[in-house]
Amino acid sequence: MHIPDGFLSPSVVLPLWGVSAGISGYALRRVSRELTERETPVIGVVAAGIFAAQMLNFPIAGGTSGHLMGAALATLLFGPWVAILIMTCVLTIQALVFQDGGLIALGANIFNMGIVGALVAYAVDQTLWGVFGDRRWMRPVAAFLAGWTAVVMGALATGLELALSGLVPADVVLPAMGGIHALIGVVEGLITMSAVAFLSAVRRELMIERPVAGRIPLWTAGLALILILTLLAPLASADPDGLERVAEDLGFIQAARPSAFSLLPDYTIPGLPNESLATILAGILGALMVFGLVVILWLGQRSRRGERASNSKT
Amino acid sequence: MHFHFHDPYQPLDSPVHRLDPRVKLALALGFILTATLLPAGAWLSYALLGAAAWVGAHLSGLGIRTVLRRSMLALPFVLAAFPVVFTAPGPSWLTFPLGPWQVSVRAEGVIRLLSVLLKSWLSLQIAVILVGTTAFPELLVAMRAMGVPRFLVMTFGLMWRYLFLLVDEAIRMLRAREARSVAPEVPDRRVGGTLVWRAQVTGRMVGTLFLRTLERGERIYMAMVARGYDGEARMLSMPSLSQRDLVLLTGGLLFLMGSLLLGWLF
Repeated sequence: MHIPDGFLSPSVVLPLWGVSAGISGYALRRVSRELTERETPVIGVVAAGIFAAQMLNFPIAGGTSGHLMGAALATLLFGPWVAILIMTCVLTIQALVFQDGGLIALGANIFNMGIVGALVAYAVDQTLWGVFGDRRWMRPVAAFLAGWTAVVMGALATGLELALSGLVPADVVLPAMGGIHALIGVVEGLITMSAVAFLSAVRRELMIERPVAGRIPLWTAGLALILILTLLAPLASADPDGLERVAEDLGFIQAARPSAFSLLPDYTIPGLPNESLATILAGILGALMVFGLVVILWLGQRSRRGERASNSKT
Repeated sequence: MHFHFHDPYQPLDSPVHRLDPRVKLALALGFILTATLLPAGAWLSYALLGAAAWVGAHLSGLGIRTVLRRSMLALPFVLAAFPVVFTAPGPSWLTFPLGPWQVSVRAEGVIRLLSVLLKSWLSLQIAVILVGTTAFPELLVAMRAMGVPRFLVMTFGLMWRYLFLLVDEAIRMLRAREARSVAPEVPDRRVGGTLVWRAQVTGRMVGTLFLRTLERGERIYMAMVARGYDGEARMLSMPSLSQRDLVLLTGGLLFLMGSLLLGWLF
């Protein structure tokens, strides 16, 4: 999933550089405020550890093997901001020294694998904990889903960037990336799950405290990210854009020249025709309904727990 | 993942090695940015950049062949861009039946695919030359000079120091597992256990590696405190750029801007 240089168009890759630099910078400020002087050198060593852990693979079938990416595991252990920082370090060293992913494409890679991965894993984990509370099956299930979703969403973001760069139409790349990474995500989910199970059996104090409320803005942001990416995925249609169609029919398409730095390269978003606007709206509506249901469930659970707590006091 | 983890820096003596790391990093980033900004089909500019990369490879003493071999790394990613050959707009170039479909190769698509390939390949060559001629501590200093936050640069430094140690640890764990159970490197051999069980074993290995890493990190911190660490990372300040470095930097940037203009105008 490491995108090399040259694949993304400047109008995609340069804004993403800004976004990633901004968010990593924010994470940096948060982390250096919250962590004590004692913990800061540990971050560098843990980042090297994540790098090394990516080498631990296991055979799947027919000579192929899977390995960990680590954004979800880092998030479950240290929270999203430290995880973003760790992934930024890992991806930077991979790009700078080992040419795993490009240097200008680094912004996009940090976004896909670090920021999307960490926020999405955090959102999934927090939502599940908010809804179901501390159950015995909760920790492994949350860890598996966090790992799986982080990989799939990162892959969809990668596919979307390739589509926006005018390289591959969205209706080809999104199902392909989503499909393959739905399988790769299972590997990530399983490894994350058993690593978390192992660590909470051996060193329970390492697992972060999970505040049920009070961090809503962040996990809703992650949830919104999941929604946006899933919604864009099924928007698959190769019809030409409306204006382009007209231009083709009237024969003035040749008159169009690419401007030096247009916001979107060529033909708006390739593979996203206007007719599918209705689909987007329907999708958003459906997703909001599901989200609303989850929140209602959560509130119900909370008030019941509150009652139980007050009953036991009396 | 391949086990190609060794420091790519080659301690030679060449004009490129002697160049100030700040100039090298700035020029390498500028080069890759130029390649990114160039439009599809700007063959003349690609050729200019390619010539510059090869001159650099030759002058650096790494040798053009080494640089070319190492820059093949990203080629598999081209598969992701391959569909553009069939889906790009414009007149078709060559149409042939593929099962029930008529597939047409489009000239515009071929141009775009080749451009992406060349741009990515040029960028990789420059990155290979940069890390082949610049030791990691020098890269850190250059990053600091370019405004990367002090904390990040310090973290990169710590990461680098323990990276190879921990990768060795991971490889030892893999070897131990292979000796005891599954053999992932042999394609046709039946592997033991279910998929979930194998993933579980790997998860515990990750957990173990993580614990060892964390404990090592704490020990390192103690050792740093014992030697006077107070939470502040101090670095040697670099001397100001020499006149030769400044001339090279300006010349290089002008060359890159020229290639960019050439690409957009013709």
